[in-house]
Amino acid sequence: MAILRWTLTVSVAVALGVTACAPQKSTTTTLKDEKERKQAPNFALKDSHGKTVKLSDFKGKVVLLDFWATWCGPCQIEIPWFAEFQRKYKDRGFEVVGISMDDDGWKVINPFVKDKKINYRILLGDDQTGSLYGGVDALPMTLVIDRDGRIASVHVGLASKGDFADAIEKLLEAPATHAGKRTHRSDES
Amino acid sequence: MLASALIAQMSPSLTVAPVATIKAAKGTDTTVTLKASLPPGFHANTNKPTEAYLIPLTLKWTGGPLEAGAIAYPKGTMEKYSFSETALSVVSGEFSISTKFKVPAGAPTGAAAESGTLRYQACNDKACFPPKTLNVSFTVTVE
Repeated sequence: MAILRWTLTVSVAVALGVTACAPQKSTTTTLKDEKERKQAPNFALKDSHGKTVKLSDFKGKVVLLDFWATWCGPCQIEIPWFAEFQRKYKDRGFEVVGISMDDDGWKVINPFVKDKKINYRILLGDDQTGSLYGGVDALPMTLVIDRDGRIASVHVGLASKGDFADAIEKLLEAPATHAGKRTHRSDES
Repeated sequence: MLASALIAQMSPSLTVAPVATIKAAKGTDTTVTLKASLPPGFHANTNKPTEAYLIPLTLKWTGGPLEAGAIAYPKGTMEKYSFSETALSVVSGEFSISTKFKVPAGAPTGAAAESGTLRYQACNDKACFPPKTLNVSFTVTVE
């Protein structure tokens, strides 16, 4: 299997508004003002059954997009929160999508997903998707995407469960500006 | 601080100090110690992590005139982080890894490079960074 290259494209990361965590510093997950939100880049990745899943498949929904890996300790803290969010909010138009950046692929992901009882969609990440999101240099990296497909918050590193919940609640309460007409960057031409 | 600067300082690099040239006679044993260090605020798993999913510190010697034997990894310390329910076996700051080599009787006389790789996976207290593989080498003069 091709080894994932971990790239860092700072300019894109800045454009996405990544909130990075330096050692020993805590950070919070805050929603960007609507005018500052940028369209989330679309991607097409495979799930464990080989089915191609696109971000645009979730149009009209609030999406929590989590870049993670099995070897990432902080990711393991957040995963149960995300499973809880999936249960709690899915009927209100919410989806968690996990993108694993494991080089070893499904042979390590599948047992982990089973062990951790992950109840949301897991996709296998690749270089291209990482680059679309500014280079995934540290995990976890979590984005909360509004119903219009715009990035409402980006957080690198372990965040607060309450902050994620607040962000999701606010986005679920907000009506989609272009409900049913959601586009993603790579869909636009 | 700009986000770009914050990101740039995030990904830690383990460094290994250059090893002085080793002189060793054919048919003898010699021990070589690598002195490694991680930047403040970061840690890496030891060779025997406490959790199966964690990636261990692993040194492999892949080329050169010597026969690599036992590798003595740092014992590390048990540390508790905000992201872990239990303490983890980690190394941080400066640490050493020693390898016992045998110089084969048939090794070619003279200077040669002994090379290998050191794989590690580092985290700070909030985030983890992708596994990296560092090339390591030293010069051995076989007498």
